[in-house]
Amino acid sequence: MRSGNLTSVLAILLGTALGIGGYAFTYAKGYSYLLNDPAACANCHVMRAQYDGWIKSSHHNAAACNDCHTPHNLLGKYAVKATNGFFHSFYFTSGRYPDNVQITPFDRDVVESACRHCHQAITEEIDAGNTHGRAKGIACTRCHISVGHSEAAAFLSTPTFGSNHDKR
Amino acid sequence: MTNGNVNQRRPRRFLLTTVVLAAIAVFAVTALLINIFERKQEARNPFYRVVELNDTVSDPAVWGKDFPMQYDLYLRTVDQQRTKYGGSEAMPHSPTEADPRSAVARSKLEQDPRLKVMWAGYAFSKDYRERRGHAYMLDDQTFTERQQANPPGACLNCHASMVTVYNQAGNGDMMKGFQAINHMKYAEARQFAKHPVACIDCHDPQTMQLRVTRPAFMEGIKALKATQGVQNYDVNKMATRQEMRSYVCAQCHVTYYFKPPEKTLTFPWTKGLQVENIIADEDENKVKEWEHPDTGAPLIKARHPEFEVWSMGVHARSGVACADCHMPYTRMGGLKISDHQVNSPLLKINRSCQTCHHFPEEELRERVEEIQDRFFRLRNTAMDALMDLINDIKSNKEKANPAQLARARDSQRRCGFMIDFIMSENSMGFHAPQEAQRILGDAINQCRLGQLALHGGPEPSHFAASMAEPGKADAPQK
Repeated sequence: MRSGNLTSVLAILLGTALGIGGYAFTYAKGYSYLLNDPAACANCHVMRAQYDGWIKSSHHNAAACNDCHTPHNLLGKYAVKATNGFFHSFYFTSGRYPDNVQITPFDRDVVESACRHCHQAITEEIDAGNTHGRAKGIACTRCHISVGHSEAAAFLSTPTFGSNHDKR
Repeated sequence: MTNGNVNQRRPRRFLLTTVVLAAIAVFAVTALLINIFERKQEARNPFYRVVELNDTVSDPAVWGKDFPMQYDLYLRTVDQQRTKYGGSEAMPHSPTEADPRSAVARSKLEQDPRLKVMWAGYAFSKDYRERRGHAYMLDDQTFTERQQANPPGACLNCHASMVTVYNQAGNGDMMKGFQAINHMKYAEARQFAKHPVACIDCHDPQTMQLRVTRPAFMEGIKALKATQGVQNYDVNKMATRQEMRSYVCAQCHVTYYFKPPEKTLTFPWTKGLQVENIIADEDENKVKEWEHPDTGAPLIKARHPEFEVWSMGVHARSGVACADCHMPYTRMGGLKISDHQVNSPLLKINRSCQTCHHFPEEELRERVEEIQDRFFRLRNTAMDALMDLINDIKSNKEKANPAQLARARDSQRRCGFMIDFIMSENSMGFHAPQEAQRILGDAINQCRLGQLALHGGPEPSHFAASMAEPGKADAPQK
């Protein structure tokens, strides 16, 4: 009888925890992070500008978030997803992150490898030269910063005040 | 007996541990759930109009009821925080009957006594301090020692919230009100002013759209656009939103003079925005603001031409507005609003510079300070050159013939204005680094040409053409 009571209490407790946990998971669209839809990355508003920039970018039809920001192998992909997912959630929950989010050196390296994965033919030739290339410490995104998502894209379509330069 | 007790205790302890662990887990998950809920709520746009705003409401505190976040940031312009060259630093001041301020900004005249020689005979040589936040603009103007020179009411144009003042002074006609204030003396006009620059000066009270409310800018930009082939430019109808994010600042952060006889506040832009264009405009209008007591030169004064200098730089060329760096988007919960605590971008490098420049904050700060260090060095050389010219004229004005003296005095007018222009501009050369150094280089040359002229040196080549009409003689023709 005693052990029966105990089991019932435990079952109720476990069920409650699972229920609340499950609700939180659904409410926060937790399932969406297991898929590949870029909209999931803008679930919280922090990545809104990056998502909007990507929609307007040249890579929009060629690559989604995960194609550049996760490694191109199954294990690596989910390891990076899990790590970044944890830290993004942590910083977003605690509110301790800069207004303009900046990529970490590790994630920059992931992106660099992704560029090279698809553009291998070109990057190999660049590496063979002696001014640019990975060995020289110059990343693709050092110059091609806006191909994925330019948050500053809005400027480019704006008439500039520069006409005064020509006015003499 | 003993065994039975142990057996009974074990499940109890197990039960207790499980309950505690489960409670912690449920507590944590619920806390997370509530946090997610709050974050989702933040991301919505909560806007409640609790007071009706119109063009008779100048008090920013009333606007602040509708826009509490923007108002809160606006109030923070009282903060005084310095950067390497930026001088918003609170210096203690003993309040007196005439000047009740308990803190003031540092005196630039004390930092660089050459300024007193440069502006000798003019009110600026009596009191000239570092700028402070928008919150102080009205007090700092009301209590400056320059008030002893009895300045015109036109000064108020940029040191107070003026929409209601103009409407009141002109019986509903802003232009008439502007003229009326220009005619008054400062002390008389000051009675109308209640607030420093406020919401109403840049925003339409109905739509919150940016708008220009200063007649002097409307006229100035119209004249400037005419030089570019755009006739009858109406800034409030024809400017893009991105342009307005600079133009509202340019209502005041520009150089100007008071056009006689009515002392109309005028922006000298009829020939363009380059320093030589501005000198040419003021020459044409025969502007002479004071005479230097030691040299007798007829002089003009430059005032904080941030807009003109910015427009010569690469940021303007790339379409980056004043507000992009000085009022960058800032996070308030899930909302992004523009930062109404207008101050140096060096105090907010992440939100300002790192929007476009993806380099570490320290690297970006060093880049800016390198530009400023170089400017500061050449600026000192230029000030020395100006001192040499002034001293040279002073000790030779009896010996030199009238033509030589006239040319030397003209040089002082030009090089003094050029140095003043780029020095009273608040960015230590950063707004347009190359143009800033070019101006200093040409100014140093102009000072030395003045000295040469004084001693009967030869007429310098390109003198008239390159200085008076830039581009005509030495720039490649398009």
